[in-house]
Amino acid sequence: MADFDQELDASGLNCPLPILRAKKALASLSSGQVLHIIATDPGAVKDFEAFAKQTGNELMEHKEEGGKFYFLMRKS
Amino acid sequence: MSEKKLAIIATKGTLDWAYPPFILASTAAALGYQVQVFFTFYGLQLLKKKPDLQVTSLGNPGMPMPMPMPVLLQALPGMQGMMTSMMKKKMKSKGVASVEELREMCLEAEVKMVACQMTVDLFDMSRDDFIDGIDYGGAATFFEFAGDSDICLYV
Repeated sequence: MADFDQELDASGLNCPLPILRAKKALASLSSGQVLHIIATDPGAVKDFEAFAKQTGNELMEHKEEGGKFYFLMRKS
Repeated sequence: MSEKKLAIIATKGTLDWAYPPFILASTAAALGYQVQVFFTFYGLQLLKKKPDLQVTSLGNPGMPMPMPMPVLLQALPGMQGMMTSMMKKKMKSKGVASVEELREMCLEAEVKMVACQMTVDLFDMSRDDFIDGIDYGGAATFFEFAGDSDICLYV
């Protein structure tokens, strides 16, 4: 995965906490910076896509590996 | 993009039904919605400083039980407390936020919470019972915001 500016480990957290934590983390970044999010909630995949679509932040990449989900999100 | 608005009426005061209003309100706020929640009747319990929310299987045949149990047994003293602590334990183990945690996030995200003044009076509750940072109002207050809302939910 590409470089990132900040990492958020939301492993073990369930809906809607990964989204709420990500929102908080993005607020501390400046426009163009990238947040790396780790989650274990399978619902997070669809939720982060929907979050990106509605907030304008770009979901650059996401993948699943060993039961974990990884996301790269660039702040708009 | 003009801000969308979500209006919710929260009427239930049990542990399970505390979740929908707070989950939806906090998530909508994270998505950029302006949110107002109107708490009325038993929903007022969700605004207490120290909410003592319980869950019961009585009158709720849809609740998953660890083992089948006749309704009369479910009504025995202590059963509600047991079910509540089992539910809380399960929520914690599954990484589900506590009600207080979600409520705090709503307040941080500037979700506006309005307690129904009529039901506060009806139940002889005092403003001291409730958390700070909330408003008090009536049906007209709700419609002032809900009338312009994009989504309006009754929970």
